Amino acid sequence: MHGRPRKAPKPEDEAASAAKAAKLRSLQSQFFSFHHSKIYTKEAVELSAKLLEINPESYTAWNYRKLAVEHHLSQPESNPDSVKSILDDELRVVESALRQNFKSYGAWHHRKWILSKGHSSIDHELRLLDKFQKADSRNFHAWNYRRFVAELMNRSEQDELKYTEDMIYRNFSNYSAWHNRSVLLSNLLEKNAEGFLSKEKVLPEEYEFIHQAIFTDPDDQSGWFYHLWLLDQTVKDDSPLLVSSWPAHGSDLFLLGDRCHNGSAFSPFTTLHSDSGSFPVLLYFNQSVEGVSSSTVTVESGFNKNEDLVWKPLSASNSQTAQVWVAHLKFPTSEFHSSVEVSVGHSKGIISSKGFQYSYPSTFSFKVCVQPVNRDSSQASAAENISWREEDFKVHGRQSQESIPIVSFDQLSIRNDHEPTASSWRAEAIAKEIECFRELLSLMDCKIGKLTLARLLMAYDVMALPCANKLVHSEEVLELYNDLMKLDPSHYQYYKDEHSLVLLQQVTSSRESLLKHCFQYKDSVSSSICNPICLRLNNLSLSQMGAFEKLLWVQMLDLSQNELQSIEGLEAMQLLSCLSLRNNKLRSFTALEPLRKLKSLRVLDISYNEIGDHSIDTTRYLCSSPLSHSVGSEWNKDETVISDVALINYWEAFFIFKELSLKQLDIVGNAIADEKFKSILVKVLPTLKWLDGELLD
Amino acid sequence: MGELAVEKHVEYILAVEKRKDSFESVVMDHLRLNGAYWGLTTLDLLGKLDTVNADEVISWIMKCQHESGGFAGNIGHDPHILYTVSAVQVLALFNKLDVLDIDKVATYITGLQNEDGSFSGDMWGEVDTRFSYIAICCLSILRRLDKINVEKAVNYIVSCKNLDGGFGCTPGGESHAGQIFCCVGALAITGSLHHVDKDLLGWWLCERQVKSGGLNGRPEKLPDVCYSWWVLSSLIMIDRVHWIDKGKLFKFILDCQDVENGGISDRPDDAVDVFHTYFGVAGLSLLEYPGLKAIDPAYALPVDVVNRIFFSADN
Repeated sequence: MHGRPRKAPKPEDEAASAAKAAKLRSLQSQFFSFHHSKIYTKEAVELSAKLLEINPESYTAWNYRKLAVEHHLSQPESNPDSVKSILDDELRVVESALRQNFKSYGAWHHRKWILSKGHSSIDHELRLLDKFQKADSRNFHAWNYRRFVAELMNRSEQDELKYTEDMIYRNFSNYSAWHNRSVLLSNLLEKNAEGFLSKEKVLPEEYEFIHQAIFTDPDDQSGWFYHLWLLDQTVKDDSPLLVSSWPAHGSDLFLLGDRCHNGSAFSPFTTLHSDSGSFPVLLYFNQSVEGVSSSTVTVESGFNKNEDLVWKPLSASNSQTAQVWVAHLKFPTSEFHSSVEVSVGHSKGIISSKGFQYSYPSTFSFKVCVQPVNRDSSQASAAENISWREEDFKVHGRQSQESIPIVSFDQLSIRNDHEPTASSWRAEAIAKEIECFRELLSLMDCKIGKLTLARLLMAYDVMALPCANKLVHSEEVLELYNDLMKLDPSHYQYYKDEHSLVLLQQVTSSRESLLKHCFQYKDSVSSSICNPICLRLNNLSLSQMGAFEKLLWVQMLDLSQNELQSIEGLEAMQLLSCLSLRNNKLRSFTALEPLRKLKSLRVLDISYNEIGDHSIDTTRYLCSSPLSHSVGSEWNKDETVISDVALINYWEAFFIFKELSLKQLDIVGNAIADEKFKSILVKVLPTLKWLDGELLD
Repeated sequence: MGELAVEKHVEYILAVEKRKDSFESVVMDHLRLNGAYWGLTTLDLLGKLDTVNADEVISWIMKCQHESGGFAGNIGHDPHILYTVSAVQVLALFNKLDVLDIDKVATYITGLQNEDGSFSGDMWGEVDTRFSYIAICCLSILRRLDKINVEKAVNYIVSCKNLDGGFGCTPGGESHAGQIFCCVGALAITGSLHHVDKDLLGWWLCERQVKSGGLNGRPEKLPDVCYSWWVLSSLIMIDRVHWIDKGKLFKFILDCQDVENGGISDRPDDAVDVFHTYFGVAGLSLLEYPGLKAIDPAYALPVDVVNRIFFSADN
């Protein structure tokens, strides 16, 4: 009962209600007898109208009236006049039902159904709608019906855009009108309709318009989302862009076996150990794309045929689109040097999920140096346990910086052959908005002002990045998010997540700041981990992980002592072999879905999280499983190593771990990790050598 | 903050079933099968499903089925996909899907898919993304999802996505939390959540929480207990539920209880009904209220029921 006060019914009310109920029940039973005997006489049809007047939601009565209309229209004596009179009757019944219940799905659909017969006046519909929409300007049935009528009468989108303007000027607080405006405007822009040829001209006018709404009442949400959409339209080039790659442009890649030579002189940032005889090439775009293949990307190397390469999207398994794509290049086992050139998008076919072509062809190249493998010495240390203790890490020292040819930072991000055309209007528009929102904040302290300013400043920095290569506003943005956490504590965690992303952008924005987080794991002489650079982003109070485009090179990552409950996006870090997520807020195994794509992962620490503590799994549907009919989630009962009972209880663990080849796993400190569970785990993970610090048989 | 008046709510639900003489109950007569789903799922979440006679319910449900395979909202009414889903869900609750001629029900649903991938609610052709969700949810429970063109169905839903990240009834329709649940749910069940812009939609959804702690369904609207389900389940499916204040929502839902006579209303001190009682209890389940069974955010059935369907030995 929407909006009806709770009170004990008075006896006389109850009696009245019972009398009304009896009347309705008798109407309904008469109606059923007509309906079930297919009787469509005048009397019978009128009775259904009475029923609908009292109860417009009685859908069967609407169905009956449609049957009656069809029956009468098919009679041999029907003529244009009788048809019109029948249909007009229907429109009258709908109108009175709508007066009774403006939200009746059945009534609105009946009206559409009658109109679609093509015999009724459409002009009348617009007048009627105008009346209805002035009475309730947010009714979404009426707005839907308006779109239907406008299309039926070929009313121009410009005229409808004008209508939204009129409605908004009547009252700025009309989200429905702003929504309809965004639909119409994006259609007009897409079609390059007259007067809507360029965003450059249209968007500034829209900013002016929306400012009136936001300045009138900053707490009213009606304009918030429209403004965010405008910002997105201003910042984003429609065409997708390649933002980074691994290996990076101009880098020297050293490929080794599973044991390195003592005192390796190679850069730890570009040395890779591969026991599979192949290494990944990664393409990181600024948005999801499809169509990456050996015909849209050409890889020229001395050791692989381009057409043999298979490009795979790193995303949910039912999707053929992804922001990150990977192909694996096989390399020879003997000592070998070669250079590799990768050309992206010189022939058409890479398309954004919104349908825009990749239009900035780019090329990058790197050198590959293969070192022969020393198999014998590798056996000895195969069972070594990786520890994440503080004393095992040393700051990546200054002197090693000089001796190690570390790849210069700007090579970590790719340079496009064609920088996106310096669109000064975009930067100008953002700068103007920044000024405008600073002014708003000088007038009053409001959350949308702060949030929008934070978004604008980040957008401005990212836009200016190719030249400035520095985030000039990040401190201010972090401060704004800190303020927002206090100002609007209900959405604390939203601001916290945004804060984490900005922090990660800041950490990865320069070589100096990134090097502060690069540590050496033990000393390379005693360790089997031959590439001992560990990126340590531990203890930063991160609630979300990001900046992956700058971190594709990382092989050892320490994210312990944070507040992560998700590792969304981590699938991009294809080189990861050791990962610590100790002491975070991971709530379930399904949250580890990105790890399924990390084929090099051998060491994983998920100890001291919250797995098993929660009844509701927030990543249940972000993980491939039979629940979501995901490709790759099929499982053969005969092959499952665990019993059905165990599967019902532990299916998440089964689906995540069956695809990993872990050697070492730490899981202690999670509610789920009892002895029974561990015994199942050992069966699902036959490659496991160490479990919670204990060597398995 | 009060506690959930479990016993009172159970009594209220059992009593609603028997009260057929008020005007309201006759007005709602045509959607009694939906009512059965709301009431029985609530009882199951409260751990009290065994207080009803399953055989009686099932035999009544089967009387609502038409030759076409679809179910009507009550005996005598016409079949519609809205009630077919409730029939399937209630039978799943009782672990009695085997009383159905599954292919017949599946044929009814697949027959409602249109050329553009959308679904009609019945033979009269009303199109709405609610019906896309229902078709996909039902067919998945019946293990017959392969009978429709899933790709087209997904593309149609994506064509209803708005610039605020939400979804509407048809292309161009305004975002609405109920509609968002349907579209996100359908995308979840078909493994297509990559079509959702999680951060954008997550922000829109978390801003549905108003000062009182309750959730509304669209910007600048009043809060209502039913959105505790529509908004929360959507936020959970895209893993953004931590963006709202759970404690305040807890309090709002519990404040909407009629602690004397049982039942939950849309807002504090309004009249209760079984619809809001279900959404209130389901919302509390999503908030991990102690002692309640967990509910699945996509199939809108208890997690143990869903797991039984998808992971048990006989499937």
